[in-house]
Amino acid sequence: MTTPQNGSVLEIRDLHVTVGEGDDAKEILRGVDLTVRAGETHAIMGPNGSGKSTLAYSIAGHPKYTITGGTVTLDGEDVLAMTVDERARAGLFLAMQYPVEVPGVSVSNFLRTAATAVKGEAPKLRTWVKDVKAEMAGLEMDPAFAERNVNEGFSGGEKKRHEILQMRLLKPRIAILDETDSGLDVDALRVVSEGVNRTRAEGEVGVLLITHYTRILRYIKPDFVHVFVAGRVVEEGGPELAEKLENEGYAAYVKDSNEQASAEKAAAEVVPS
Amino acid sequence: MSAENTTTTLAGELFAPGVGTQAGPPTTPAAGTGTAGEATPGAHSHGGPAPTGSPAERFTSTDPEAFGAPTGREEEWRFTPMRRIRPLLDGAPSDAHLQWDTDLPDGVELTSVEADDPLLKGLPEPVDRLAALTRARSGGAAVVRVPAEARLDRPVTLRLSGTGAEEVVWGQLVVEVGAFAEATVVLDHAGLARYSGGVAVLVGDGAQVTLVAAQEWARGSVHGGQFDAVVGRDATFRQVVVTLGGDLVRLVSNVQYAGPGGTAELFGVYFADETQHQEHRLWVDHAVPNCTSNVLYKGALQGEDAHTVWIGDVRIRPTATGTSTYELNRNLVLTDGARADSVPNLEIETGEIVGAGHASATGRFDDEQLFYLCSRGIDAETARRLVVRGFFADVVQHIGIPELQDRLMGSIEARLGGLPGLDDQPVEPA
Ligand SMILES: Nc1ncnc2c1ncn2[C@@H]1O[C@H](COP(=O)(O)OP(=O)(O)OP(=O)(O)O)[C@@H](O)[C@H]1O
Ligand SMILES: [Mg+2]
Repeated sequence: MTTPQNGSVLEIRDLHVTVGEGDDAKEILRGVDLTVRAGETHAIMGPNGSGKSTLAYSIAGHPKYTITGGTVTLDGEDVLAMTVDERARAGLFLAMQYPVEVPGVSVSNFLRTAATAVKGEAPKLRTWVKDVKAEMAGLEMDPAFAERNVNEGFSGGEKKRHEILQMRLLKPRIAILDETDSGLDVDALRVVSEGVNRTRAEGEVGVLLITHYTRILRYIKPDFVHVFVAGRVVEEGGPELAEKLENEGYAAYVKDSNEQASAEKAAAEVVPS
Repeated sequence: MSAENTTTTLAGELFAPGVGTQAGPPTTPAAGTGTAGEATPGAHSHGGPAPTGSPAERFTSTDPEAFGAPTGREEEWRFTPMRRIRPLLDGAPSDAHLQWDTDLPDGVELTSVEADDPLLKGLPEPVDRLAALTRARSGGAAVVRVPAEARLDRPVTLRLSGTGAEEVVWGQLVVEVGAFAEATVVLDHAGLARYSGGVAVLVGDGAQVTLVAAQEWARGSVHGGQFDAVVGRDATFRQVVVTLGGDLVRLVSNVQYAGPGGTAELFGVYFADETQHQEHRLWVDHAVPNCTSNVLYKGALQGEDAHTVWIGDVRIRPTATGTSTYELNRNLVLTDGARADSVPNLEIETGEIVGAGHASATGRFDDEQLFYLCSRGIDAETARRLVVRGFFADVVQHIGIPELQDRLMGSIEARLGGLPGLDDQPVEPA
């Protein structure tokens, strides 16, 4: 772990998030605390449906999620008060678990528009084209992808490479990678991980690596591992925690969390209305 | 006029000898009588699945009175605001003209023919009263001829400008493209007009023809039109319709095949603002084997009482074995108060086809797309423009003329200036 130099820090405090409206509203995040500093890599590991993507989307500002409590700040700035695009321009990046197809918008146009927005000015065409080509080559992407429409007809692996390509070019301060490893074969996993590692080596980025499996952690070594169950972090540790999860799975945590949830529910029912 | 006449005339002028007779069934919908022709159920003695229905033959006639006066309840008029189209349907004769400004590449001939010319008698017949009035009132036709095997160095461009809406302008155009020629013809409509125009495109065997019709009429304009394409053996006809301007635009595009192996690609984009009515009705009649049709129309609507109508009729007759057809209409409703009607209709009367399908979707902005773009730092307004631009670009690119594509995309983007900002129209969950 290197010492942070640009000082970027993402702080999540007691974050509560619901999905759905009115009576259908369902609390997914139930008090998340997490601090990610530039130069650090944090792995968040948890079972399906535990709320990992909800955390990622809530930080990025997806309108489907309602923040009902807590704070998220980036270098002290209130992230939750920012629009989606402002968050990205402030230095947040989310590599999505399910990247969206945008028909009729070419990858090259999209990348250049995004880079212009994030950097505040249009990148010089000549160096830009060179950079894009180099990064695509680094991710073993066919240059023809530049002329295709964003994510349209991309395979699962191609979509993930395209997400990492964007991260490479937009150079965020904090990158959240939501199951970037899922759907990748061994070669693709290596290529994508190397892309992430180049970003880590180059600069002072903080990485929040969301994953279900320990597989990717063999390529991208985390500094911290957080176990995420039922909408909160239930255990934290170093890389050795990943080994433990590899061997024992999430069962024990899920059981604890269920017991706690029913205890809370029982307590809530006792309170007179 | 009889259907046999049609094929003979066309075969004599444009198509290889014998193609008309090989084609078997008439290549026009049964003429004049309005009764069901060969489509009666039970008439199918060959194998294959039972027909999906027995649609009545489309009634066609050159006599406006044969159609009666539309009330607005008829299938073909039920979406049209009758009050606004009435000045055309009244059918008052007129000598008024659009102003023509033409660009004709070498080898292309522009002439005119009288009303009694055999060329006109051989055209597909009008399918509604307005088209019949147009044929009757235009008193002849302008004819663009592209000789066989010609390769034009640039598109044929006819800029047709309206100079006022006092009188109705009636116009008939025939585009005749000889065998194996390659040509693009652009009809660029602008200005203020009440205009009813018939356009017949006769695509010779093996020819490749693109017809672009751009409607950038001034506000207050009314435009009714019938387009008829007769596609020769192994020929390709591509039509790109771009309707942006005018108060009311109602365009009927019909395609028939004069021989096997033909391809028709019908592309369209439209963008209706407050109170604009834009109606596109398509009819692709597969009556000969091994032909292909592909329809892609996309529209956007914004503002109170913006109304678009898309009707896509495709018929695959029992004789049209080996047919491949697909039609798609998508509408993007940008604001409340706008209405998009979309009616695909596929009649399949033989099981021996390569493929047939249709799809229609009308919806709001895809919020997931907007979120994705915004999550990369792109502001919501720019993201909307990118999405709408992308929505239309994949159709407009089929024009194949970069300057015209840029101009039309520019017009579309200018229209987006009126979109509410992010605060007025928050990105909502899908
Ligand atoms: N619109 C919604 N309405 C109701 N529940 C929802 C909605 N969206 C998500 N959820 C629920 O929220 C929970 C958390 O989902 P989330 O996608 O955050 O989980 P995850 O940890 O990322 O799972 P995975 O490992 O499968 O990616 C799930 O139980 C999911 O069903
Ligand atoms: Mg997830």
